[in-house]
Amino acid sequence: MDLYIDNIIDHGQNPRNFGEPLDPADIDYEDDNPFCGDHLHLTAQLDENNRITALSWEGEGCTISQASASILGEAILGKTLDDIKSFDKQELLDMLGIQLSPSRLKCALLSLKVLKAGAYGLTSWTGDEGEDET
Amino acid sequence: MAKVNQTTHDPKPGQTRSPLNSQVILNDFPILNQEAHPGKRLVFLDSAASSQKPRQVIDTMTAYYEHDHANVHRGLHALSERATDAYEGAREKVRQFINARSYREIVYTRNTTESMNLVAGSWGRANLAAGDVVVLSEMEHHSNIVPWQILAEQTGFTIRYIPVTDEGELDLDAYAAFLRDEPVKLVSVMHVSNVLGTVNPVEDMIRQAHAVGALFMIDGAQSVPHLAVDVQALDVDFLAFSAHKMAGPTGIGILYGKRALLDAMPPYMGGGDMIRRVTLEGSEWNDLPHKFEAGTPAIAEAVGFGAAVDYVAGLGMDNILAHEQHIVEYGMDRLAEVPGLTIYGPEPSRRNGVIAFALKDMHAHDIAQLLDVEGVAVRAGHHCAMPLHQRFGVAATARASFYVYNTTADVDALIEAIYNARNIFRL
Repeated sequence: MDLYIDNIIDHGQNPRNFGEPLDPADIDYEDDNPFCGDHLHLTAQLDENNRITALSWEGEGCTISQASASILGEAILGKTLDDIKSFDKQELLDMLGIQLSPSRLKCALLSLKVLKAGAYGLTSWTGDEGEDET
Repeated sequence: MAKVNQTTHDPKPGQTRSPLNSQVILNDFPILNQEAHPGKRLVFLDSAASSQKPRQVIDTMTAYYEHDHANVHRGLHALSERATDAYEGAREKVRQFINARSYREIVYTRNTTESMNLVAGSWGRANLAAGDVVVLSEMEHHSNIVPWQILAEQTGFTIRYIPVTDEGELDLDAYAAFLRDEPVKLVSVMHVSNVLGTVNPVEDMIRQAHAVGALFMIDGAQSVPHLAVDVQALDVDFLAFSAHKMAGPTGIGILYGKRALLDAMPPYMGGGDMIRRVTLEGSEWNDLPHKFEAGTPAIAEAVGFGAAVDYVAGLGMDNILAHEQHIVEYGMDRLAEVPGLTIYGPEPSRRNGVIAFALKDMHAHDIAQLLDVEGVAVRAGHHCAMPLHQRFGVAATARASFYVYNTTADVDALIEAIYNARNIFRL
């Protein structure tokens, strides 16, 4: 089945950069997906050039949400805050390499939502999270 | 079109047998005769969310629209008379079905949720104040929690929750203690849990509540479609349920209330049909049940509900109960074979209609998605019962739920699909 390709299963079962929150952290944000109960807490440290030097995330949820966080975390390590602000949801979806229904899109994009909200220092980020649903 | 392959499972000694003829019933439900995906027969195990509709219901609603539709209680012309007769005729069918004394005790609503909100918003607002206690339970659907929380915030009464035991049953000692020690004015609990399948002992609970002068409301969303509910035998004060979980259409539900209570309650919504006389200075309310039915109602849906009542009553509620008992028993037996699978809730003899489960190392949404690939429709999530899931320390469960058209072959398809999902996850 095309949703559960090897890469997704691998990241879902062996998530990278998964662990306790960093302390101190320059980015520290957590959020839920109320529809599924997926939860994600992301912390990251920046150097003087606003470049991500370390990150850690923890959470629980479906394979799609957890694999997405793992893949996104790998991709942003070493990137600057500006890179992150311009990071597009399509880039993440391309990295995941799977076709998602609107309801599963929320699962896949929770990681980006948490990252963006954390990077902008906002209380929430709702700019680019895909279809709304009840 | 997929060939519907129905095998009758031979019960082991001591196991139940279904009194229903599944093949005949399946032919009544056109939607079930399809492939969910190419080559995959639709196996619908999500009836606790909403059941499918038999041809008898669909045809009745179509015929109503093709021959009889007009607004009800308004016109003197032939169509309005026929529409009113059909609409009120369905109410009478519902009255008989739950054995209410009078049609005046049968209020049409949109669904169970609206029925609960009606009681909270009308009876609750008029009768609950700081110092009063309303008893709910930890296993309630959000529709029997949130309306009370909203009202409690406004009027200051206290909510107590009956704990759920590890077996998935209500802690009746705690319930007795609430009734003994606190000024309880109303108890509102579900008859059958939509997650655990637990059948709560409402008859005893009602007697206990009445002994201390408290009223009792039953959320019958998951019981009225599956077993005989007699409001007079139970002596229940309010009963809420929906048509769409019992082979009827969406958009129509029922609030049963004892007449004296409904009579004393203020209206819930204002508008047409619920008044007897309106002047610019004030209005006089219409008789029951119209006092609570403001505006043009869901007429075709009510008529379809009547056909659904005929359909399930025709099968026989005791037969439906025995049929589901048979499927649940077989289902729990088969699910127990699956490594790493946890079933929530009590043993088969103490539950009805649903089996919620979790698999080790596999999130419920992944399970549901992979079952769908095999044509098996289950629900995954918290099933509008987040406090209950917190109680069992699980974020989400997958739930297979059954109705009159399900067979043991459907359970076999479920088990096969679960093994397939495990393979994809290399478990």
